[in-house]
Amino acid sequence: MLIHASPHEVHEIDHVEDTIDFRGRDLLGMEDFTAAEIAAILDTVASFKEISERDIKKVPTLRGKTVINLFFEPSTRTRTSFEIAGKRLSADVINISVSNSSMSKGESLRDTADNLAAMRTDALIVRHKSAGVPHMLARYLPSPVINAGDGAHEHPTQALLDLYTIREKLGTLAGRRALIVGDIASSRVARSNIIAMRKMGMQVSVCAPLTMLPVGIEKWGVDYTSDFDAALQDVDVVMMLRIQRERHGDVLFPSLQEYSSRYCLTSARMRRAKSEVLVMHPGPMNRGVEIAPEVADGLESVILQQVTNGVALRMAVLYLIIGGV
Amino acid sequence: MLIRGGRVIDPSQGIDRHTDVWIANGRIAFLGDGREMLQQQPSGPPPRILDVPGCVVAPGFLDVHTHLREPGFEYQETIASGLAAAAAGGFTGVAAMANTQPVNDHPAVTELMLRRAAAVGGTRLYPIGAVSAGLAGKELSEIGSMHEAGIVALSDDGLPVMNARLMRRAMEYGRMFNLPVLSHCEDQGLAAGGVMHEGVVSTALGLPGVPEAAENVMVYRDIQLAAMTGAHVHIQHVSTAEAVKLIRRAKAQDIRVTAEACPHHFTLTHEAIQQYDTNTKINPPLRTAEDVEAIKAGLQDGTIDIIASDHAPHHVTEKEQDYESAPSGIIGLETSVGLSLELYHQGVLSLAQLIAKFTIHPARLLGTARGTLAVGSPADVTIIAPDQTFVVDVASLHSQSRNTPFLGWQLRGTAVATIVDGNLIFERL
Repeated sequence: MLIHASPHEVHEIDHVEDTIDFRGRDLLGMEDFTAAEIAAILDTVASFKEISERDIKKVPTLRGKTVINLFFEPSTRTRTSFEIAGKRLSADVINISVSNSSMSKGESLRDTADNLAAMRTDALIVRHKSAGVPHMLARYLPSPVINAGDGAHEHPTQALLDLYTIREKLGTLAGRRALIVGDIASSRVARSNIIAMRKMGMQVSVCAPLTMLPVGIEKWGVDYTSDFDAALQDVDVVMMLRIQRERHGDVLFPSLQEYSSRYCLTSARMRRAKSEVLVMHPGPMNRGVEIAPEVADGLESVILQQVTNGVALRMAVLYLIIGGV
Repeated sequence: MLIRGGRVIDPSQGIDRHTDVWIANGRIAFLGDGREMLQQQPSGPPPRILDVPGCVVAPGFLDVHTHLREPGFEYQETIASGLAAAAAGGFTGVAAMANTQPVNDHPAVTELMLRRAAAVGGTRLYPIGAVSAGLAGKELSEIGSMHEAGIVALSDDGLPVMNARLMRRAMEYGRMFNLPVLSHCEDQGLAAGGVMHEGVVSTALGLPGVPEAAENVMVYRDIQLAAMTGAHVHIQHVSTAEAVKLIRRAKAQDIRVTAEACPHHFTLTHEAIQQYDTNTKINPPLRTAEDVEAIKAGLQDGTIDIIASDHAPHHVTEKEQDYESAPSGIIGLETSVGLSLELYHQGVLSLAQLIAKFTIHPARLLGTARGTLAVGSPADVTIIAPDQTFVVDVASLHSQSRNTPFLGWQLRGTAVATIVDGNLIFERL
């Protein structure tokens, strides 16, 4: 078993870089990337996915690079995924978790950025409950910033891993129909996916109670409906979003029971969908609320493959942005 | 003092002509040919002469909406630094909002503010008393005794008076002292959590929005309360097209309502927030291009009587937080005149219309006899150069804070001299 990337793989990756150079770039949102760039990132993932299947899951690609995982908001999955991705590439990954309350009253974002810059970090991965924080940090930091989720704004690596998973399963993206269901208005996963999917030529619909559709959704080039059963027909991908009972103290629906009766992806509802539909969920799931356990664990579900691909996608992103010399 | 060679525009008297202004003993002594006045001058020290060709000589500008932050938030602004910024911006008087610490809900605070301002000298301070004790929206503040101490209007600005019954009582009670109620119109339930205009841009940026209806429903409520009580309600910082319509209709019904607009609300739209610059976070928020046009139309047809800065200093560390956590507000005293003169350059307002919105209209709201160049009036004068470029940069600002989205802008037109009671308190002639 090799413990570093084969020369052949490196050559392929170099070839991608010849056309599109990601080195030093921030990854703040899908808004900033073209279809060709998104395709180039997805094309890089497979070779990194292979590393995770090895007995010794480590290559020296980013040895000597320092990557900071700065999480202002609790996260298990995304933080761990980035950490594993960095470590499998031999980067030194430092996790910093800041509780929202202590940070928002103390050090300014500018001081945070200045201190990280002074420590000569190579990349900053940041999650924050407030939209725009990665963008503000990127203005002050010379090294690249990767957005790991900012408020209700964007979560670009999630959209990329979702696209990779869809492409892996269905072969192509263009012309495929995706349905995203749940709290669209406050979902960064929905925003990044809508933007990225449309750039890749997919048709996107969203489905939610009207209280969860954002103002101006009609300008987003997506179909929207509150009728889940009708929306499920003819889609290739159905992506369920986690439901939070309350948002900003806002009551968005009468009860979880009523929400589930209308918007839970159950096996009964699955019969309305195409037999080969992909069931996706960015996690963490509320089993029995937005997705029935038997569907989450069913044959159509690619939820755990999303998680596996998330590590490979994040390895690819780190490699493209701070790897190579 | 003789102000010579300028174009004198005084909407209070319908004057717009090239003439000279003679000031003696702190009052306007004479408008006319300066040579005659000099010849009549008895022996003694020669008067100070300000030659202002190409400039407009107007009554002293008044800003009815300023936050001076003292007492309580002196790290953001002091009465001294705020009045210096006002003088540099061309203002001879500013109305200071009550959201200090302690709140100006008691005559002791009113007296403190007036004493500090008097010690500073220069631009006059008109204190605004809180509607409710502690701005808590529960009970009335010490309105009568604050009136004796010198407040000129009532406002809980920064916070809406959500309880309509309390607002009614404030209007009724304030009316006994001829105190208008200045209303920050925002339904807190609808606006809760919002940090920018709710619309396509807030959706794209993932920031929680404040719907226009949050302002409109409160404007309508306060118009109804003014109609019911006969009190004078003044709608602060109008930001929506619908609010302009509601005010226009109320005026047609002879309800005692006046309104102000802020320069940022007729200069910028929510598109300015694209880069999450917290200096674009303002309450009410920057809205759409249609709202901007409606505000300009409202200024043009007189629906909106006054241009006010809503000068709201915040420390740089407060504004360097994330967009949702950063406080709302921008400084405006030193950019207000320049940004407003753009309305003249665009042909939206004549100079006389524009000057009325800075002089006689605010003077009527604040109940002061200033805002005019009538002979015998206190000699408060603002001289503006409508075509002189003013670059907004950190070095040029007198405010203690720097929170403005207009840093780096080149404004067409600026105040070049500010005179209070016959004393030249600021000039860049």
